[in-house]
Amino acid sequence: MEHYWQEISALTMRWVRRLSREKFSMLFTLVQPMLFWLIFFGNLFQRAADTQVMQAPNYISFLAAGVVIMTVLNNGLAGGVDLLFDKENGFLERLMSTPIHRTSVILSRFIFVMGITSMQVLVILGVSYLFGVHPATGILGVATILLIGMMFGVGLTAISMAMAFSVKSHGDFFSVLGFLSLPMIFLSSALVPLTAMPGWMSFLAQFNPMTWAIDAVRPLILSGWTEALPHVGMVILVMLVFDALCLYGGAKAFRRAMG
Amino acid sequence: MDRTIAIDVSHLCKTYDSHHAVNDLSFQVYAGEIFGLLGPNGAGKSTTLRTLITLLHPTSGTATVMGHDTVREADTVRTLIGYVPQERAIDRFLTGREHLQLLGALYHLTTDEATKRINELLKLVDLEDHADRPAKTYSGGMKRKLDIACGLLPNPKILFLDEPTLGLDVQSRLRIWEYVRMLKARGMTVVMTTNYLDEADQLCDRLAIIDGGKIKTLGSPIELKIALGGDIVSLTLKELDRIPSLETELKGRPAIKSVRTTTKGLDIRVESPEKALPAILEAANRLGCSIEFIQYNRPRLDDVFIAHTGRAITESIPETESAS
Ligand SMILES: Nc1ncnc2c1ncn2[C@@H]1O[C@H](COP(=O)(O)OP(=O)(O)OP(=O)(O)O)[C@@H](O)[C@H]1O
Ligand SMILES: [Mg+2]
Repeated sequence: MEHYWQEISALTMRWVRRLSREKFSMLFTLVQPMLFWLIFFGNLFQRAADTQVMQAPNYISFLAAGVVIMTVLNNGLAGGVDLLFDKENGFLERLMSTPIHRTSVILSRFIFVMGITSMQVLVILGVSYLFGVHPATGILGVATILLIGMMFGVGLTAISMAMAFSVKSHGDFFSVLGFLSLPMIFLSSALVPLTAMPGWMSFLAQFNPMTWAIDAVRPLILSGWTEALPHVGMVILVMLVFDALCLYGGAKAFRRAMG
Repeated sequence: MDRTIAIDVSHLCKTYDSHHAVNDLSFQVYAGEIFGLLGPNGAGKSTTLRTLITLLHPTSGTATVMGHDTVREADTVRTLIGYVPQERAIDRFLTGREHLQLLGALYHLTTDEATKRINELLKLVDLEDHADRPAKTYSGGMKRKLDIACGLLPNPKILFLDEPTLGLDVQSRLRIWEYVRMLKARGMTVVMTTNYLDEADQLCDRLAIIDGGKIKTLGSPIELKIALGGDIVSLTLKELDRIPSLETELKGRPAIKSVRTTTKGLDIRVESPEKALPAILEAANRLGCSIEFIQYNRPRLDDVFIAHTGRAITESIPETESAS
């Protein structure tokens, strides 16, 4: 147990070090989602968006929940990239030839991705706060948002790692990534509520776990506990199933790749 | 001589979608020796090594390291070995010292223990002055040295080196040979792969020549050369049309084991040059062949390689593309 912890903290430290050495990338990672989506998109569509349809005082406050979950999505789906590079340049092999627990590398990656994602979510909520979006459910609501984000993120990171271990080349990895992420965003309630979508889109969006996450986060920000609680309960159930499936798939891919 | 067996490989096969990367390999490595796997690109050297370090499961057959099965007792095996991969497995963003610290934690060393060993190793591989620079600023040779330091960090019983000197300049190669000999002197068992004949010849106590996933021959460099039988006298003749007649004349003579025509003359394998040389010269004289050049060679490892694989080690270019 003590060994396990020693391994995981050293491996997690490595991810942190790498990120801190890539100053530009770090800045980009932290700033990009809020800059691009929240500020540009939020203000750009301010006029176009119909507050009646959005059920929100303005588009930014509507969009905040979507941006939070989109950030979770992007970080999660990209969570396996570093392992992919490790696999390709032989570093993973070096790590796995040491007497570490077979799950340490993966667990360290989960910890790192979840940590970065939480920080970004807090930054997004902070910036929204400056734009006048004050979470209706307070600190506890923010904690709940983080929990939902983490639950979604774990499954996504597992998918990403499973892909990293299974793909033959990293071109494949990035094609699948690009193929997954945009439809996930557009077929969800991130940018417009389901009620404002064409019928077939809102139908498909119901099967997107991202929709469930956003529909729980949004009332936590906009309305308050009474409205949010049923959604929160529901999303936790959905995410438990989602995570179980993704982790199962991830474990299989990992076992196949690592013997 | 009765020696402790450090590694025992028995009927090892590894198949990738019906392609036999390694096909029925059996050999033993003795404790304390430098054992080499010599072969061209794609021969199956790295695959064999990866199996021994527990990263690949054999399709069939078994391998044990210090008596521990590489599949069933993989955890135990991992505590006994150090590994230096063929690719530079370096994280560009970490410094040399950070690489070693990371591995120190993965081998469960205490901080004190790790610090002490890391300083020793940095000194050994001559990287002290560069230990705190990110590895992306290292030259190829420095990366290789860091690789080796990483392999040595656990103070392993057995060190696996996959092509340790590939792409290094002559000086760095000699340096690494020196390390390896020193490690052996300290009692470490070293298993290395190489496709340099001189490296195998000078460094390895025993070696296996492998090609197409199979062992072609195995023994110490000297044994292998002796087994070829005899030294080689190479003649270059002035008149090339006299070659066949000289060949028939020499064949079957006492002290001459075999005669082979080359582009410019003959390669004559002889039992002892003292007896053979006069006979050869006398025969050439009698047939009126003027000799342009005469050369006498002990068999080299190149000859061993050619004899067992039917080609020179450098003639394997077509395989390179398919090998990863
Ligand atoms: N993961 C893999 N999938 C499919 N084929 C593989 C894989 N790894 C190796 N091979 C094949 O197995 C054979 C042996 O490869 P290996 O890497 O062991 O060769 P090698 O002797 O180390 O060559 P080199 O000198 O180029 O390093 C090659 O034909 C290679 O194409
Ligand atoms: Mg190789």
